Amino acid sequence: MTPGRSPVVPTTVRGTDSRAGRPPVLLTLVHGSAVLVAAVSLAVTCWTGLAERGAALAFGLLIVVGELTRWTGAQVREAAPLGAAGALSYALLGADAGRATQHGVAQVVTVVVAAGLLGSVPHIWRGDGRTPDHLARRVLSTGFAAVCFQPLYNQGVFTAWGGPAYALLLLALLALTALCDAVLAAALRHSRTRWPFGPLLRDELRALLGIGSAVCATGAVMALAVAVVGLWALPVFCVPLLLTQLSFRRYAAVRTTYRQTIASLARATEIAGYTPAGHARRVAALSRAVGRDLGLSGRDLTVLEYAALMHDIGQLSLVDPVPAGATATLPAEEQRRIALLGGAVVRQTGVDGAVAVVVERQADPYRQQPVAARIVRTVNAYEEKARDAGPGGPLTALEELRLATAGEHAPEVVEALARVLARDCLTLPRAG
Amino acid sequence: MEAVPARAHVYVAGVALAALYCLHLLPSVRAPWWAVALLAVLYAGGERLTGSFYPVLLAGAFLLPPPAAALVAVPGALLAPVARRPRLLRRIWRASQLAVAAWAASRVHWALGGRDAVVDSDFPYALVPAGAAVVVFCLLLTALDGGILALAEGVPARAAWQGLFVRSLAPIAVHGLAGLMMAVLWRSPYGPVAALLVLLPMCVSWWAFAQYHRERAAHQATIRALVQAVDIKDEYTRGHSERVGQASMMIARELGMDEGRIEVLRFAGILHDVGKLGVPTRLLRKDGPLTPEERRIIELHPEYGHEMVRGISFLGEARAAVLHHHERLDGSGYPYGLVGAQIPESARVVAVADAFDAMTSTRSYSRARPVGTALEELERCAGTQFDPRMVTALVRALGRHGWHPAVTADETTRVPGPRRPVGNRSGVRP
Repeated sequence: MTPGRSPVVPTTVRGTDSRAGRPPVLLTLVHGSAVLVAAVSLAVTCWTGLAERGAALAFGLLIVVGELTRWTGAQVREAAPLGAAGALSYALLGADAGRATQHGVAQVVTVVVAAGLLGSVPHIWRGDGRTPDHLARRVLSTGFAAVCFQPLYNQGVFTAWGGPAYALLLLALLALTALCDAVLAAALRHSRTRWPFGPLLRDELRALLGIGSAVCATGAVMALAVAVVGLWALPVFCVPLLLTQLSFRRYAAVRTTYRQTIASLARATEIAGYTPAGHARRVAALSRAVGRDLGLSGRDLTVLEYAALMHDIGQLSLVDPVPAGATATLPAEEQRRIALLGGAVVRQTGVDGAVAVVVERQADPYRQQPVAARIVRTVNAYEEKARDAGPGGPLTALEELRLATAGEHAPEVVEALARVLARDCLTLPRAG
Repeated sequence: MEAVPARAHVYVAGVALAALYCLHLLPSVRAPWWAVALLAVLYAGGERLTGSFYPVLLAGAFLLPPPAAALVAVPGALLAPVARRPRLLRRIWRASQLAVAAWAASRVHWALGGRDAVVDSDFPYALVPAGAAVVVFCLLLTALDGGILALAEGVPARAAWQGLFVRSLAPIAVHGLAGLMMAVLWRSPYGPVAALLVLLPMCVSWWAFAQYHRERAAHQATIRALVQAVDIKDEYTRGHSERVGQASMMIARELGMDEGRIEVLRFAGILHDVGKLGVPTRLLRKDGPLTPEERRIIELHPEYGHEMVRGISFLGEARAAVLHHHERLDGSGYPYGLVGAQIPESARVVAVADAFDAMTSTRSYSRARPVGTALEELERCAGTQFDPRMVTALVRALGRHGWHPAVTADETTRVPGPRRPVGNRSGVRP
């Protein structure tokens, strides 16, 4: 799940480097080396010519189809599993219907680049800005797998190996490639967003267990199956992976819907006049950014976001609205009562129980709170203080929070909030 | 525990005898017993984790002689967890059904020379016997399932078989391709290790599928929570939302809309009054007549509701229904005073359903009226207030199915779907 692209929470809190006017060094490095690898491979292939045109064409076609069906919707780690599996299996292709193949690293990269570019035409046409990153990753990871495998294979190192050992070798190579790809993906996102690297890598590695493992297994199976039955294996054996892709899409679609419904439920307090318009969404977006900065990832971030969206829902049970919905200035007892009421409402909604716990404990002293509850409490207080205070509001609010860290607000959360805001030029993230 | 009719016992016993017949030649068969054992263990494990682990069964049918292929299914089906009683009967049923289907598939595959095709990896010919075997497997499973539905659960025979085969064929065909892939790799130099890799994408897609269902259930609970929040404020209308959803669904079905639109209209009915969250409770519960000022405030609720649900994209045209369900055909409604065809179709459906339920349930200001009287009243206002098409559709639908509203809003909404057969896990999942 890629947080910056969530449909509900506005994407304004994103430390992109576009402000700085130049892309970060790491990004340039990755893109530059991908272009270099592609250019060298192309030159070498032009010099030597294509070996086994049939196989090259068939794999190229598979990758084009995979890229064309790439999912630009949202929120999947591997957007084009079929393309990835096709590229990896071509990199690890040793034999075609029993005959050993002759193609080398350069040819693998050339075919992958050509097919990838061809399949990306519609995406580039639509102005999808993620295509360069996607292609760079594809080129580098496929190149890595091919460099590990093709030279050794073409020298006949593996001829003495038994069948099962060979299959396991392919699997090990694929696992290694997947790890490298995860590091690369995390590095790219890190340099684009400046979120901490560790949690991003954790996110990527977790995704490897899901769709990533399916891609690796299909890549290995296709390479082996082509070795046994020839190119017929490709159309037949990519069907299960298509099914996997379909299941993931449906899962992602229902997640999106769910998130939208939660946001609507959160808006109930605004409609009912308990809180100002957009408050829940702003708190959710800022909480998510702070959570990222503090190293939360995966499910923890989702729990934090849902809890932030619904943190005021307890007010629905109040008879009279709190003036301007400003709960942060109420007496502690009252705050805690509203929090408990909110937890009770959240429990009814069928969301993860952890969300209800965060909502319930948002008003406790910070030393007893889980970290998500600390974030919600601090961000909520900041949002309420900064809202009406005019141009200097954010700075004043931050100063007040720093002074209050003795008992109410955790110092590390306040500092994370300050960092997030500094990245965003101290402007309030206004929802569009 | 529901009683199982005697004829269902006889039916299960018959299928079990057939399964025993399939297995009786086992002692005389020459088969690689370690492969049979490995496949049976795989199947049993997969069945516990995911249900319907057909790729392994079909791989068995492509690799092994028919009696051995039938044996692969038996331990897994007998050991699988069964949620509903009578458990022993369900287990026996499931094991016999699968054994018979696997045996027949293997038999067909063998007769068409599939085994040689698998051993020699003779593509594309290998697809022909495999395809035939998959069709036979699916045919037998669905035929037997239809039989048990008709006999044990009293589903009319036509309804039991209708569409069952067509619905199951596509998922089973994908399972068949995975099974064929397993079989080919199993007999290749790379051996069973490579064959097992085939199962990984299938397992991942099952995992995603299970997550999908979990998330969907949570989503529906959240929608219900939204509705309950309204019910708490306005206690007289308890259950109103669910009933309007049901009536909207009946109208939509009668108009011949597709399943997706019917579902959207159900949500439109359920959520049509969600904007009442924004109206002070005091006004909603007021017993006496409302002042013009108070009336104006209450009449804001469609706009509040639209403001709340407009971000939920899957609701589609239901959002327009929430905004416009108080418009009238002659233009005297609110909030915009739209006329005739300017009013979205979904809003015209919900308006009729809303008025119907308001008349047939007890309110603070009136007692419930009988269904017949309410329909007469609707027909009287058709053309000025309501769309006559929708009124006619509601009258026809009620004439056919009657009106059986859910009692409370807490009850889970009943979504029509095929009933599960006795072997509670035999539904095909992708």
